[in-house]
Amino acid sequence: MIKFLLMVNKQGQTRLSKYYEQVELGKRAALEADVVRGCLARRKEECSFVEYKDYKLVYRQYAALLIVVGVTENENELSIYELVHNFVEVLDKYFSRVSELDIMFNLDKVHIILDEMILNGHIVETNKNRILAPLLALDKMTES
Amino acid sequence: MPAVSKGDGMRGLAVFISDIRNCKSKEAEIKRINKELANIRSKFKGDKALDGYSKKKYVCKLLFIFLLGHDIDFGHMEAVNLLSSNKYTEKQIGYLFISVLVNSNSELIRLINNAIKNDLSSRNPTFMCLALHCIANVGSREMAEAFAGEIPRILVAGDTMDSVKQSAALCLLRLYKTSPDLVLMGEWTSRVVHLLNDQHMGVVTAAISLITCLSQKNPDEFKTCVSLAVSRLSRIVSSASTDLQDYTYYFVPAPWLSCKLLRLLQCYPPPEDGAVKGRLVECLETILNKAQEPPKSKKVQHSNAKNAILFEAISLIIHYDSEPNLLVRACNQLGQFLQHRETNLRYLALESMCTLASSEFSHEAVKTHIETVINALKTERDVSVRQRAADLLYAMCDRSNAKQIVAEMLSYLETADYSIREEMVLKVAILAEKYAVDYSWYVDTILNLIRIAGDYVSEEVWYRVIQIVINRDDVQGYAAKTVFEALQAPACHENMVKVGGYILGEFGNLIAGDPRSSPLVQFNLLHSKFHLCSVPTRALLLSAYIKFINLFPETKSTIQEVLRSDSQIRNSDVELQQRAVEYLKLSSIASTDVLATVLEEMPPFPERESSILAKLKKKKGPGAVSVNELEEGKREGGELNGGGERGGDNSAIATSNASTPSPSADLLGLRAGPPVTAAAPSAGSLLVDVFSEAGVNDDGFLRDLEPPTESSDSLLAEGPGDSDSAPPSVVSEDPAPPLPESNELLNKFVCKNNGVLFENQLLQIGIKSEYRQNLGRMYLFYGNKTSVQFVTFSTTVTCPGELQSQLNVQSKPVEPLIEGGAQVQQVINIECLTDFSDAPLLNIKFRYGGALQNLTLKLPVTINKFFQPTEMASHDFFQRWKQLSLPQQEAQKIFKANHAMDTEVLKAKLLGLGMALLENVDPNPENFVCAGVIQTKAQQVGSLLRLEPKRASSDVPINRAQQ
Repeated sequence: MIKFLLMVNKQGQTRLSKYYEQVELGKRAALEADVVRGCLARRKEECSFVEYKDYKLVYRQYAALLIVVGVTENENELSIYELVHNFVEVLDKYFSRVSELDIMFNLDKVHIILDEMILNGHIVETNKNRILAPLLALDKMTES
Repeated sequence: MPAVSKGDGMRGLAVFISDIRNCKSKEAEIKRINKELANIRSKFKGDKALDGYSKKKYVCKLLFIFLLGHDIDFGHMEAVNLLSSNKYTEKQIGYLFISVLVNSNSELIRLINNAIKNDLSSRNPTFMCLALHCIANVGSREMAEAFAGEIPRILVAGDTMDSVKQSAALCLLRLYKTSPDLVLMGEWTSRVVHLLNDQHMGVVTAAISLITCLSQKNPDEFKTCVSLAVSRLSRIVSSASTDLQDYTYYFVPAPWLSCKLLRLLQCYPPPEDGAVKGRLVECLETILNKAQEPPKSKKVQHSNAKNAILFEAISLIIHYDSEPNLLVRACNQLGQFLQHRETNLRYLALESMCTLASSEFSHEAVKTHIETVINALKTERDVSVRQRAADLLYAMCDRSNAKQIVAEMLSYLETADYSIREEMVLKVAILAEKYAVDYSWYVDTILNLIRIAGDYVSEEVWYRVIQIVINRDDVQGYAAKTVFEALQAPACHENMVKVGGYILGEFGNLIAGDPRSSPLVQFNLLHSKFHLCSVPTRALLLSAYIKFINLFPETKSTIQEVLRSDSQIRNSDVELQQRAVEYLKLSSIASTDVLATVLEEMPPFPERESSILAKLKKKKGPGAVSVNELEEGKREGGELNGGGERGGDNSAIATSNASTPSPSADLLGLRAGPPVTAAAPSAGSLLVDVFSEAGVNDDGFLRDLEPPTESSDSLLAEGPGDSDSAPPSVVSEDPAPPLPESNELLNKFVCKNNGVLFENQLLQIGIKSEYRQNLGRMYLFYGNKTSVQFVTFSTTVTCPGELQSQLNVQSKPVEPLIEGGAQVQQVINIECLTDFSDAPLLNIKFRYGGALQNLTLKLPVTINKFFQPTEMASHDFFQRWKQLSLPQQEAQKIFKANHAMDTEVLKAKLLGLGMALLENVDPNPENFVCAGVIQTKAQQVGSLLRLEPKRASSDVPINRAQQ
């Protein structure tokens, strides 16, 4: 099961965080800092999975943006690793070449996309067109 | 795709975000945020009613501020208002705010529920999804109460849109997790399971999560999902890479769905239906085959997705652990990955292989990769990969490769990362102990361990080496010599000094004949380290010195001088000072006889489970060390301790010590020898250093070690074999019938005297016992595992039926109150009157949180406990054997061995039985013969035993003759 998903830039600023189990606000900042420090310190040739407390972290870096997913011990690492990529591809498709700014200025939309893909810590949808469908419907509404 | 404008029309928001981005410092950012918060607050409080757009904008700003890590304590009401908006964008921001910011016990839930109710009945799929997402995210009890009836209906209704079904499935999962009592699946079960057949892959993806969770809780009700999952999987696996269109990811058909299906199957044993099983095996073979095919794309995404499925399939194969062919194929596949250029794959392969190593079918196949794994340990640049390699080496270790693996791990330790050293040390210590046939190798290994990584050698490790050296007289001389040599090093670790002080104090005499290690040389060597050591080590060394005075009278004056020096006798540390004063006095007033008695060699330690294993387990958390391993550890640990403890020997020493008339015996905490629990914990002399520590910790060890799974279930709440019987509160006051597994628990103790008799979530019962002649004494330790006290705790021991006339059992009363986390002890005296076959019953009653707990166990008293070993020569043995020819004097049994037969294990077991194991008696060296006399009050019964293992057929015929 997925416990949380973070999007962080290289300076360690959180751009998006989504928790699938209750974590106190005060503890979030510490957890995020810890996780990001751990992942950023790793070199390229090191593997993308890190054990962290009770979780396993699966991370992937895109330019200046780091996406870290905390999962339970029994989760399939590679499938999460590719889920991250699928997520980025969906963002790319919607924002046409997504950047950190797109995520900052359209936080609500990124959340909609994420909610279509992961609900309650479980993967619900992986088909890009269906993930984007509600968002596109929404855009149509605002245009008209 | 539409070009997306930044901020999407909410200019104020875009400006605010830009402002934040431009902040040069954290202080500037906080200032800007506080300004914005004040602005929003005034807007919300203002007289003018805000329109939907402004509300949305401000709520969105709050959300952003929250995501920057600032707490938000207002705006909830405005967000709830947005929920009832008809505009999708406003509604969506409202729901988003609530999902992220409202916790499940908020007072607003009722208002939110109202909005959700409206949206659910709106028939607008987008609104319904938003509402369902919100329930899935918040999932409070009140939401469950309001919607637990509604959602299953939405989930299975024929006219529900696919996307709504997906949300409903996960929503229901959330409610089931938070309030399982409110989600009544009964009538929906079969329709939910059939979602696996849904033509829409997204629905299947979502439904599997729900079904997996429900299957784990109610496997029987959901077992039809197995065949459905297999056929779904089979359709995906055999489809062409383009068949599934949008669900194909880089030419891999539905990778995530496949993984989830394989994961669901891991909730169940292999399918019983031959056809289903055949189809599944075919699928697994296809997946393994595909790994060998040339990739359809060079993109890493392609191979990652493919391998995600492959690893999940291998997990399933390991879970089934019944298809040797697939297991070996899986192992070979992982073997290829071990040398793959992708670090991720190497990591996962090492991890996965670790579980393969514990399967009997693939253990040998895993072992063939030993060189690659050792190489990984040496050359991997990533510490987490090296860690996995070390884990795998540990898992694949057995008698055949232990020396190689331990050597490699030791050499790796010299350069290992600090983060994993302690664990490595524990692992080396465990392997060395577990597979030590040659005890000098064991001693070498542990001393090397201390030399290389002394800082990481925990107390358990060096206690253990001392326990083993004390118990094995064949290694004592070697240990003394080796530790003496190790101490020669100019800088040696304090742990080495401790081991050295202890061992030389006990066995220094064994090497004193050599002028290079004469008593004075030994003493000077030890004392040269003294000033570098911490107080506890110094204390131990002082005790070693007084032992030296006993061992080597010629050192007396030198040592007395040292003790007399100001730095000792006036030491500011009270413990050191006291020892110096007492030892000085003891050495000058006690006669040699008294000294010899007081400072006698340590008696052997009672058999106990390896504390190191418990430590490793605690360190890694449950699951890291499998139950198998633990059990094996116990078995092997027993063997190392020289088999069953000879209670008789120990208590003989105890009595001789206790009866020593010297008053100074008390000073040394020797008031009572074994049982160790009675050793004075405060005196802390050498004689009790390890002993009392062990005694104190011992119960801790017992508590730490989880018992094998069969006894760890909650047994209290369940009647025999009936899972839904009456709750504990109505348990009758009569003694409960013996637990169904009490016989099994009893059997565990046939060959050993100490251990954990019983454990459940509330209570742990540890046992220590000793027997001499026809008498026995048993110590029961009742540990309260909860934080709540047990009241009216009482126990009764009864001898049912004719046992009453065969066994005389007296129990001392036990404290009626056990505080949370505390332990009480009870002593039971046993006298064997004549031979018997039943075991006495122990009934325990107490109240825990008002509920009466009542359980009955069998006390592990078996006839063999009263064996007295008898040595006899070959000639005598066979003469007696032949004399015992009457049918009632002989019993023979042929049985299959449950485990692989290992000579050392068999020996340990036989010794544990209590008879003497006679070497060189039987002409066939494969056979074991034993002799002993059963001591009862009425008579003594000589018994002879012959065990003839037949390796080929693994049948073990046992001949037993009685006189």
